[in-house]
Amino acid sequence: MASDTLAGIPRTDAEISGLDALEIAGREKGPSRLRRTWSATWPKLAALALAIGIWQAVVWTGWKDPWALPGPAVVFADLGHYLVSPALWDGLATTARRAAVGFAAAVAVGLLLGLAVARVKVLRAALGSMITALQTMPSIAWFPLAILLFQLSEQAIFFVVVLGAAPSVANGVIHGVDYVPPLLVRAGRNLGARGLGLYRYVIAPAALPAIVAGLKQGWAFAWRSLMAGELLVVIATRTSIGAQLTYARELNEAPRLMAIMIVILVVGLLVDSAFGAADKAIRRRWGVLDQAGN
Amino acid sequence: MTATTTTSRGATGSVALQGVTKVYGHGDNAVLALDGVSLDVAPGEFVCLVGASGCGKSTLLNLVAGLDRLSGGRIELGDGVNPGLMFQEPALFPWLTVDANVEVPLKLRGLPRPERRAKVAELLRTVHLADFGRKRPHQLSGGMRQRVALARTLALDTPVLLMDEPFGALDAMTRDILHDELERIWSERQLSVLFVTHNVREAARLADRIILLSSRPGRIIWSTRVDVPRPRRIDSPEIASIAAEVTDRLRTEVGRHGQ
Repeated sequence: MASDTLAGIPRTDAEISGLDALEIAGREKGPSRLRRTWSATWPKLAALALAIGIWQAVVWTGWKDPWALPGPAVVFADLGHYLVSPALWDGLATTARRAAVGFAAAVAVGLLLGLAVARVKVLRAALGSMITALQTMPSIAWFPLAILLFQLSEQAIFFVVVLGAAPSVANGVIHGVDYVPPLLVRAGRNLGARGLGLYRYVIAPAALPAIVAGLKQGWAFAWRSLMAGELLVVIATRTSIGAQLTYARELNEAPRLMAIMIVILVVGLLVDSAFGAADKAIRRRWGVLDQAGN
Repeated sequence: MTATTTTSRGATGSVALQGVTKVYGHGDNAVLALDGVSLDVAPGEFVCLVGASGCGKSTLLNLVAGLDRLSGGRIELGDGVNPGLMFQEPALFPWLTVDANVEVPLKLRGLPRPERRAKVAELLRTVHLADFGRKRPHQLSGGMRQRVALARTLALDTPVLLMDEPFGALDAMTRDILHDELERIWSERQLSVLFVTHNVREAARLADRIILLSSRPGRIIWSTRVDVPRPRRIDSPEIASIAAEVTDRLRTEVGRHGQ
């Protein structure tokens, strides 16, 4: 039998490699990295310039007094001073620590809760819709209760951050596990994956994109909850970014107030874009990136 | 998960089905998918199952693969044989490279790393994809993906291959080439193959024996040996005449449902 097929092999080899070359030709061409970066960046820069332009225009109309609504030049000058002052970096350290601890706890709770709900039918019936309901609850509405329970303390902030972010993470996990293609599970089982092996080799990686989306959304909720918390729960010994924002309002320091707002916006954006990059990297590996590279 | 009636007493590479029955649902909603299917695949034999929609072809393969429970009857495989299953879609893991996909069953079997490396390289050479190990599935064509899936299934080192219309989604030229490839690998490795298809010519091209299944419920209604010497061509007159005969039988069976 083998000797019969031997005669045919060289012919088939050439045919196979020829067909392969034809079929995957031109699949990996695209604009250069620099060009792609530029084409993704300039609209953002233009939008930013436009926003600052509108801000300046509103200031020029004299709609509000300058002590209430300062112009971009004043604010950016103050931001320059603020960036080199220890106040910013001390405050940022406090805020970042709270964000990291709160978000890490929310991720742990969310992952466990999501996995439990995705796996256990009774828990799904009991908690599935409650998790979504929890997600719609504005986090600031938790603070009166949190303050009753924990007074004006770190724990009160932590409590609300975790409650704000965990449901999103849990929902990401549930969604991810639910939508693992059954075919991949069957293939995995046929290849010898059982129990934990099936989770490690098939379900967890297949659910990863949805889990990262859940983490991204969870982060957005955590950051909002944290800022709400720092505005309300001001602890005198720790001048977090949020607390400084409250002080700036109380002292009528409008340029500083807006400088702090810009810092909050930038921090939120930076972390969000880190999640965005992770999401994009996953989608590139999976081959589900669209033509524009988004 | 494997049904208790799946036993391991046959010779290595043999598959024996006795009165295999599968019912889906309960009571009035119960649907009989397979009704007393008995067939033997000898070690090294290539058997094609042909049938129209609803003949339970895929169900049968799932049962043999141990992915579904039997309602009745028994399935005997050789000692410790875990048959490899291939689907119409390659079912590759999109988050892994080609190398890593083929490596998964080796990892699950606990092979040490150097051994896995060597084995993956050998398997990719077997399917003519030695240069594509670092690619991801989405960077390959449909036929190439299906060959990666074949390499991954071969990594199970199993003597029994179950194939569920594996070339159904490919264009004719790619399919012809993959027929040659599969025939070569089957004969080199002396595999037993149970191959499901609705493509009658494909069955005639590949099979030692063709088995025709009826629809709703699936029963064996006819079978024939294909004694055409290998290597074969799908467009040869011998294959065409066998295909014509199977098609006639299949049409008669389908017509039975139109009355």
